[in-house]
Amino acid sequence: MSNLIFDISRKGRRAMSQRPGADLKVCDDIPASMLRKDVPQLPEVSELQAVRHYTNLSRKNFSIDTHFYPLGSCTMKYNPRGVHKLAMMDGFLNHHPLSLEENSQGMMACLYELQEMLKSVTGMKGAALSPMAGAQGEFAGVAMIRAYHRARNDLERDEILVPDAAHGTNPASAVQCGFKVREIPTGADGNVDIEALKAAVGPKTAGIMLTNPSTLGVFEEKIQEIAKIIHQAGGLLYYDGANFNAILGKVRPGDMGFDVVHLNLHKTFATPHGGGGPGSGPVVANERLLPYLPIPRVAKEGDKYRWLTEKDCPQTIGRLSAFMGNAGILLRAYFYARLLGKEGLHRASEFATLNANYIMARLEAAGFTLAYPDRRASHEFIITLKKENKELHVSALDFAKRLLDYGFHAPTMYFPLLVPECLLIEPTETESKETLDGFVDAMIKILDEARTDPALVTGAPHTLPVRRLDDVKAARELDLIYNAQN
Amino acid sequence: MPFIPHTREDIQEMLKTIGIQQIETLFDEIPDSLRHAPLDSIPDGLSEMELTRIARTRASQDSGLLCFLGAGSYEHHIPAAVWDVTARGEFMTAYTPYQAEASQGTLQLIYEFQTMMASLMALEVSNASLYDGATALAEAVLMAVRLGGKKQQKRARILMPASIHPHYRSAVQAIVYQQNIELISVPYLEATGAIDTKALNQLLDDETVAIVIPQPNFFGVLEDVDALTDWAREKEILSIAVVNPVAMSLLKAPGQWGTQGVDIACGEGQPLGIPMSSGGPYYGFLCCKKSHVRQMPGRIVGRTVDLNGKQGFVLTLQAREQHIRRAKATSNICTNQGLMVTASTIYMSLLGPEGLRQVALTCHEHARELKKILTNIQGVTSVFNSPFFHEIVLRVNKPVDVMLAELARRGIQGGYALKDAYPELSDCILVCATETKTIEDMMTYAKHLADVFEGRKQACPT
Repeated sequence: MSNLIFDISRKGRRAMSQRPGADLKVCDDIPASMLRKDVPQLPEVSELQAVRHYTNLSRKNFSIDTHFYPLGSCTMKYNPRGVHKLAMMDGFLNHHPLSLEENSQGMMACLYELQEMLKSVTGMKGAALSPMAGAQGEFAGVAMIRAYHRARNDLERDEILVPDAAHGTNPASAVQCGFKVREIPTGADGNVDIEALKAAVGPKTAGIMLTNPSTLGVFEEKIQEIAKIIHQAGGLLYYDGANFNAILGKVRPGDMGFDVVHLNLHKTFATPHGGGGPGSGPVVANERLLPYLPIPRVAKEGDKYRWLTEKDCPQTIGRLSAFMGNAGILLRAYFYARLLGKEGLHRASEFATLNANYIMARLEAAGFTLAYPDRRASHEFIITLKKENKELHVSALDFAKRLLDYGFHAPTMYFPLLVPECLLIEPTETESKETLDGFVDAMIKILDEARTDPALVTGAPHTLPVRRLDDVKAARELDLIYNAQN
Repeated sequence: MPFIPHTREDIQEMLKTIGIQQIETLFDEIPDSLRHAPLDSIPDGLSEMELTRIARTRASQDSGLLCFLGAGSYEHHIPAAVWDVTARGEFMTAYTPYQAEASQGTLQLIYEFQTMMASLMALEVSNASLYDGATALAEAVLMAVRLGGKKQQKRARILMPASIHPHYRSAVQAIVYQQNIELISVPYLEATGAIDTKALNQLLDDETVAIVIPQPNFFGVLEDVDALTDWAREKEILSIAVVNPVAMSLLKAPGQWGTQGVDIACGEGQPLGIPMSSGGPYYGFLCCKKSHVRQMPGRIVGRTVDLNGKQGFVLTLQAREQHIRRAKATSNICTNQGLMVTASTIYMSLLGPEGLRQVALTCHEHARELKKILTNIQGVTSVFNSPFFHEIVLRVNKPVDVMLAELARRGIQGGYALKDAYPELSDCILVCATETKTIEDMMTYAKHLADVFEGRKQACPT
């Protein structure tokens, strides 16, 4: 059993080198009633104990640096160390966000150039970098659509259309912007059901949120027709950039007819996922939505950079963070794009797509069922284990857990919700053929185990720090903080 | 090819397995008319060495100033071990711990973080983080509206002091505006800089759901948090604390305010081991009473057991979240700020309760010293006559932009000009001293400020 840091804490133990010296009497100007009387429950450990504890904890994680991580729709590609190291330079780390513009030109130059690059890859007119994650980018984009309709005094449009295959953040973001959500079904070929879409659009349609390629791992072939239908109804198109790595340098959302786009820099631009963030979700917009982009943005005048604020952008949807979003992540994305350059960006989508189609072909040949066998994979694809579940009583969850034993992080499971017993597999471009082959071989072995020794699969994982965990107990008997008295 | 491992042979074999001749064929479902993406503004790629040169030039352009700026981002010493361990690939390149068995490191760390943060706030539960202080406050407001929805009211009002960080006020406004929530500004008293408590009763109405209480407020001024929290309870509205987490090792924590503590506490986690980094990435924290946990936004980790009864950790209460509830979720948040929480947890472990209190005390000692030194200069006065923590408002009776620009030329970031957010404080600046500033640093600041005041030219430009 793994100790908590609190278990190794001893009263009076200190990491002495980390504390400055001060006397309690320096706060004699603060009324006693405002001072804290108890001691918060922070650990009392030595520096080595802290370093060892957290180093050992880190070793209980799967990560890109240690394992193949084919998590669909998350683009777990290699995060270049060089990029991280450059962003950690003193001049960037110790730069205060409210520094004068004269003292921020180096940072602002990077941000400005990133804005330009994001405009270029999306085919859009303006970029705002401040949204701090994909979901905040979605919020920004939908809020801009709302602001657009309001500015035109078009107040009846209170519905956002969302395909049933969309990420959960899409409907949640639309609701946070005060919209009602109307779900659009998917056809048998994985494309949006055009007839259902036509039936749904109308004077209440504010816009549609689409991911293309969709979360079903296929390119939405009728995108131009969809754009026409929405625009003719007076609505706007929002592009969810979760899968942008599939088309980077190949196709631009602006050319497809989208009005606003968010990009997940922690996916396409290789910034680290950090165990669940920080991400970064800049928005880029066409002419029509340009005035509503969030602030701050960077403008270039002559050879000087300056911040654009409410004064410059009176119609902006406003500020979405205290300062400049996840600036350090933006810097990493900028460095990544400079390392890859024009050629490298093209190559990313090509090899991501090659890897996905390769695994797909091999798994199909091995007898697995593809959700969309007649389609090309984008940078990801779906297999369904419905048949295996019925015949062998081994579920997608069991496959996922058994993969962990073979040293592979599991693909995304049970998403999108409309494909039963599914695994969404995204290898990314940075994985080698040997790794992909190893993954496919493991899948084949697990299928064999499911036939010969199903308990091995349904009882997995067997080799990790813990066996399968009791989620129900966790939710019923909430234990959210450690209490020394327990 | 940078970061792409494929050899020519690999590519040929893979294409053969797929049954095509060239990679381009994989894109044949995309309409021809769309298949052109001129990347005109993207320069050619660089080697790591070439890029390092560019990065070094840009980084050095902005560095080397002595920083007396605070205003929501604070320069604290960060022990070397914090980012050495945080930047381990196993933490940095993992994702949200969906596969709990393969993510016990991150999950246990978040459980420890929740424990430390809840205890620092003296509340019962904490989430796993939000984006930053401003968005944490916005989420706290939305949470309060969900909790306070006793009547089927069309509109909800929140009492939002003018002494909250102006950027927080605009971010909250931009985020909650979409949902018919109105922010009612509560004035501060001219003499003390603290919330005008007399105005509160007049501003309260049937639609008021909550009051936001800062500690310290944006001016560094300490509020009468006990009275404000009890007032909220008496009026049957919710109380939301926005606090500096370092200060909570010294000052009474939100769960201890008034007779029963606040409902929700949130704030900016940056002071706990996160570099200033031009404004981000930081993280927002959010703690609350246990009875409110089901309305909490964001990820939450719980302790449970595995098949063999061994302790383990999982993401829990996921029925609140967007990937399950979709349109009915408590928030749209998915990715949060995991890596920043990793750094903060290690920071708090290295400092411990006493070390963190020493940081707070030293900050305060230095701020007192700075106030004394700067107000000794003819023409510089302290604006508010109140207890404060690590920041002060000074009136300089000079055009502040010119003064701050001149100080910057002399290598000093002298403070934050208040004129845009507070026109009545047009000749005032907000200055900050943390534990990182020495008496010599403060004397240097004072010397240059006096010189600027008296129009003396800089003898030896730095």
